[in-house]
Amino acid sequence: MSQANPSVGQWALWRDRLLKLQSDKPHLVLLGLMLFLAFLAMDPATWFVLTISGMAMGTMLFLMASGMTLTFGLMSVLNLAHGAFISLGAFVGAVMLTGALGVYTVSPSLGWNLLAILPALFAAMAVAGVVGWLFEVIVIKPVYGDHLKQILVTVGGSIVLIQLIEVTWGANEIPVPRPGALRGAFVIEDWVPLIGGLVMEKFRMVALILGLTVYGLMLWVIDRTRLGILVRAGVENREMVEIQGYRIGLLFLGVFIAGSALAGLGGAMWGMYREIITAHMGEELMISVIVIIILGGLGSIRGCFYGALLVGLINLYIGYIEPRLAAVATVGLMVGVLMWRPQGLIPVIKV
Amino acid sequence: MSEPILTLTGVHADIDQYHILHGIELQVPRGELTVLLGRNGAGKSTTLRTIMGLTKVPRGSVTFNGKDITSWSTSRIARAGIAFVPENMGIFGQLTVRENLVLAGTHGPLDQARLDWLFDLFPPLKKFWDRPAGNLSGGQKQMLAIARAMVEPRDLLLVDEPTKGLAPAIIDDLATAFEELKAREVSILLVEQNFSFSRRLGQTVAVMNDGQVVHSGTMAELAQDSALQQDLLGLGLGAHQ
Repeated sequence: MSQANPSVGQWALWRDRLLKLQSDKPHLVLLGLMLFLAFLAMDPATWFVLTISGMAMGTMLFLMASGMTLTFGLMSVLNLAHGAFISLGAFVGAVMLTGALGVYTVSPSLGWNLLAILPALFAAMAVAGVVGWLFEVIVIKPVYGDHLKQILVTVGGSIVLIQLIEVTWGANEIPVPRPGALRGAFVIEDWVPLIGGLVMEKFRMVALILGLTVYGLMLWVIDRTRLGILVRAGVENREMVEIQGYRIGLLFLGVFIAGSALAGLGGAMWGMYREIITAHMGEELMISVIVIIILGGLGSIRGCFYGALLVGLINLYIGYIEPRLAAVATVGLMVGVLMWRPQGLIPVIKV
Repeated sequence: MSEPILTLTGVHADIDQYHILHGIELQVPRGELTVLLGRNGAGKSTTLRTIMGLTKVPRGSVTFNGKDITSWSTSRIARAGIAFVPENMGIFGQLTVRENLVLAGTHGPLDQARLDWLFDLFPPLKKFWDRPAGNLSGGQKQMLAIARAMVEPRDLLLVDEPTKGLAPAIIDDLATAFEELKAREVSILLVEQNFSFSRRLGQTVAVMNDGQVVHSGTMAELAQDSALQQDLLGLGLGAHQ
């Protein structure tokens, strides 16, 4: 009798709306909830800085994870060597920045700095892409369709790649200088009247803008182009794509190369962000990458993006609130989400 | 009679450890609709998948348009001009109706005149043009599946049980669509269990049992001979009408 008592009717309406929202847009509900809870737990200026930083971290993680989710979605290939491509990108980027482009990075001019960063990032993508190509043809192709062999072979391949990086650039940590104009932070005093100022690291802003740009570009390709339709179709039903006359192997090779290049890009960005790189950094990041692609729903680009944002944010929030819990926060997030939605946030429906 | 468009000679095929096809002999005449009949498990679907290169052929040969395609990859067979509508229809549910059709047109942009013809045959496709194909009903999905195979001219159309699970009215619509295709002299190989649908459309017929073709001839001959029907298909009087 909802008519008899309007307040009960209202309540039921809102409850239904909420239930619908959590089943239709679980990623937004979770993101909103996380932002809100964090807002309650800290002062607004800190919250703002951590949120922007977390999103910057998230977009970098997204770059690294997107390739892996697509290769899994398209060919159900588990590439545990993905981390090695992250390291490779970081080293190529760093070598370019300290070597060939060193002159431009030391310059305090923002224009020259960006002019140096862009070729460094492109180089990281190109090298990771080419190595990815060889890796697919030599290592992955023979083990299509067999997960156990994929795990064995790609872990082995990962060790080889990391050792090759150590042979080439040495086993020690390498410092990566940030370009002159991107060191330090923006300081805005009195950001919020009576509450306080704001300190925002410059490089994080660059990372965020670049990450969002790449995400936008990827969405455009996936949603609007014929290639994107083909990739989405392949993720859903590989056999049917072949039945229509497309060479799925070629498509997958292309996606694998692009995924490796993106891992390289993410690695190069991460190197500049952390200002120090090791050959093993990619392996360490793989935990987050795997959590992200599971969180988002295997094979889903949008899911991967929101998964990455959530992982980036929870890392920084928990790191600020209770640093000792930071290590378990990411995995805790995954466990929580999987209990709620075992298929991930934005799952891809397979046939 | 001209050269058949498709010839299977002594084709064997296995799925895992099971030997499914035991030397299929089948000819599909050019420009006609051939129906492949048989009980469940007779190997009809496997025959289509084998033609399409989805099941390996250890012995025997498949010849299409005079070329031996036995060892070709699926995508190469498709590009040679064979369209295949599998039993589960293979619709991309997360893609829109438009995207499903765009993908099926492998030679670039879709031809508007042909698209209009498809819309006439299957009006729901126009109505749900920009909706995810996964939201379509079973009959509409089947329409999309067939439209997808026809969006560009193909030499041979393989269709696996299009009437399965559909309401009689929709089966009628499909029959109309197949008649249109017959009028355009598209060669079709249709797997069916629905005998009245097959009788209405088929010109030639092949009956399979236990991985072999046990009878082939014209549909007119089979339609008149109820003893033969009883023998081959186990159709009792009045069944499948």
